[in-house]
Amino acid sequence: MAKPMVTGETQGAVKELRMQEALRETLRYEMARDGRVFVMGEDVALFGGAYGVTRGLLQEFGESRVLDTPISEAGIIGLAVGAAINGMRPVVEIQFCDLLPLAMDQLASHAARYHYMTGGRINVPMVVRSKFATRSGGGPSHSSCNHGAFIHFPGLKIIMPTTPADAKGLLLSAIRDPNPVLCFESHYLYGVRGPVPEGEYLVPIGKAVVRREGKDLTIVTCGGMVLKADAAADLLKQKGIDIEIVDLRSLAPLDKETIIDSVAKTKRAFVLDEGPMIGGLSAEIAAMIQENLFSDLKGPVVRIGAQPIPPPHSPPLVEAMIPDVDQIVDAVMRLAEGGKLP
Amino acid sequence: MLDTAKRKTMLRQMILIRAFEEKLEELYQRKAMFGSTHSYRGQEAIAVGVCSALQATDLIASYHRGTGHLIAKGADLYTLLCECMGRADGYSKGRGGKMHMGDMGFGFIGNTGTVGGTVPTATGAALAAKVRGSKEVVISFFGDGAANQGVVHEAMNMAGVWKLPVIYVCENNQYAMTVSLEKSTAVKQLSVRGQAYGFEGKTIDGNDVETVYEATQEAAAKGRGGGGATFLECVTYRWDGHFGGDPGTGYRSKEEVEAWKQKCPIKKLKEKLIQDGHLTEQEFAKISADVYAELDEVAKRAEAAPLPKKEVDLGGVYAATEVAHG
Repeated sequence: MAKPMVTGETQGAVKELRMQEALRETLRYEMARDGRVFVMGEDVALFGGAYGVTRGLLQEFGESRVLDTPISEAGIIGLAVGAAINGMRPVVEIQFCDLLPLAMDQLASHAARYHYMTGGRINVPMVVRSKFATRSGGGPSHSSCNHGAFIHFPGLKIIMPTTPADAKGLLLSAIRDPNPVLCFESHYLYGVRGPVPEGEYLVPIGKAVVRREGKDLTIVTCGGMVLKADAAADLLKQKGIDIEIVDLRSLAPLDKETIIDSVAKTKRAFVLDEGPMIGGLSAEIAAMIQENLFSDLKGPVVRIGAQPIPPPHSPPLVEAMIPDVDQIVDAVMRLAEGGKLP
Repeated sequence: MLDTAKRKTMLRQMILIRAFEEKLEELYQRKAMFGSTHSYRGQEAIAVGVCSALQATDLIASYHRGTGHLIAKGADLYTLLCECMGRADGYSKGRGGKMHMGDMGFGFIGNTGTVGGTVPTATGAALAAKVRGSKEVVISFFGDGAANQGVVHEAMNMAGVWKLPVIYVCENNQYAMTVSLEKSTAVKQLSVRGQAYGFEGKTIDGNDVETVYEATQEAAAKGRGGGGATFLECVTYRWDGHFGGDPGTGYRSKEEVEAWKQKCPIKKLKEKLIQDGHLTEQEFAKISADVYAELDEVAKRAEAAPLPKKEVDLGGVYAATEVAHG
């Protein structure tokens, strides 16, 4: 599991939870504290959400604050925008991020822009939680990694927790943020356990974290890929290569400082993303690194990401699309041979 | 029956909205404003009839043809005109233009240029009122064109399911830009859309301000009492083209436009007031002259107002703190 697990200030006890449970505890905690917070989405009430995150909230907070909606993604997010403007703090669940494009206008042209375009007279404090990850069995409409598409829209904040503690700390910050926040939750991480501080625990949006310190090469990554990078780093350690891992945690705003500081130290950078490389998050980060550190770099900034195909259904096809640990190790070794690492 | 003072206020407001649109047109023609206009002339009775029936705490959401709604809800004329003219003193500091504003200070949730885009916003504001248990009623203004957008149907369905205090005011001005209702919509009356989602839908004369007022008052009382949403199809006509550069003639006949001008909402109320012995031609001329003179003054100030500084305000993209509303 990605370390350090707990990165912020804690006030109370720490208990072991799955990320799914950490998200649920956070919703409960904040709904109890702030009457403006309510949850809406498809199957979130009686069923408890497609991934069980909202289980039990209906029983605890009642149907006025936990709303099962019709299947209307654009409408759900559109209503959340209006409720947010009118003083509430909606937390919306969209079952798969593949469905977010249905609501693109409400997210990109309404939620994201209201504050700027009204000269600061309106703000939209809302959270949209959505599951992502390319996995077999999902296929083209149920297993996208489209987070990169949303970094194009100024006004949206985007978070992607890797550990259960970050899931709590980031979601709590997101609910309290005066802006619209998209929370991408990895299918692969829902069941992963880790220590989670009880009570108040905030992880600031816009701050990355160094998960693993190393001197030879920085891997900048996020979400489920942090675990693959960590496994690759263990293997590379045996080959004498010392990897540093930067977990972005927030995709918007990006923590330029932490990325640049790490690469300035290691002088070699890999960007690893589960999303498509073209026009995406990894392209943005690679550009940022070379713009700032070109003359310091000992080799090209290398990207590893999803192949440019729609997410397929069958396991071998999915495995071919998404970077695995061996590919990461191979890519680092190739760079090492050409670029004289370490 | 409305009292005379209220009827006269409504008459004055309709004249003011028309004068504002004519002022915008004048500024547009002599290139003194940026972007285009979307004239509300001919539809004034809807904005005024609806907003006159509301309480101060009620909210409205508007759309691209929205200046009339804002004036009727209580927008400041100078600030509004400055925004249309891209001035720093505008509601949105020149960032939004006439299609992109919002100010909860006078119960205005916002308008955008996505046709139908603010219908879910209005519906969500009504959801907030219901979750909170407050007594606000929310007006969603949109046109016949927006009635065919998917998100409008999604929002109306949720309003029906949850009995939300929202009134869908569909201004059926017969044309979605240049495409007639007949060519875009298979039903004759858009009010059936209300019934389709489980609430009352009515088709009313959108050129009769008193009819609009009464229908709104009834729908608002129902919404406040927990009776849910209402769809008011207000049948009207857009006198001008869709936007400033559209003469509005290529897709409709002169006779049709003229026939609708005879049903002018201002003329209608004026004649009723004269008939009832509450208004004279001279009095009407004076109200009109005062309104136009007031707007000339406002326009002079707005034209003299500075443009925004040439700067990229990155700090304005995200809200640093919650905006204090109202």
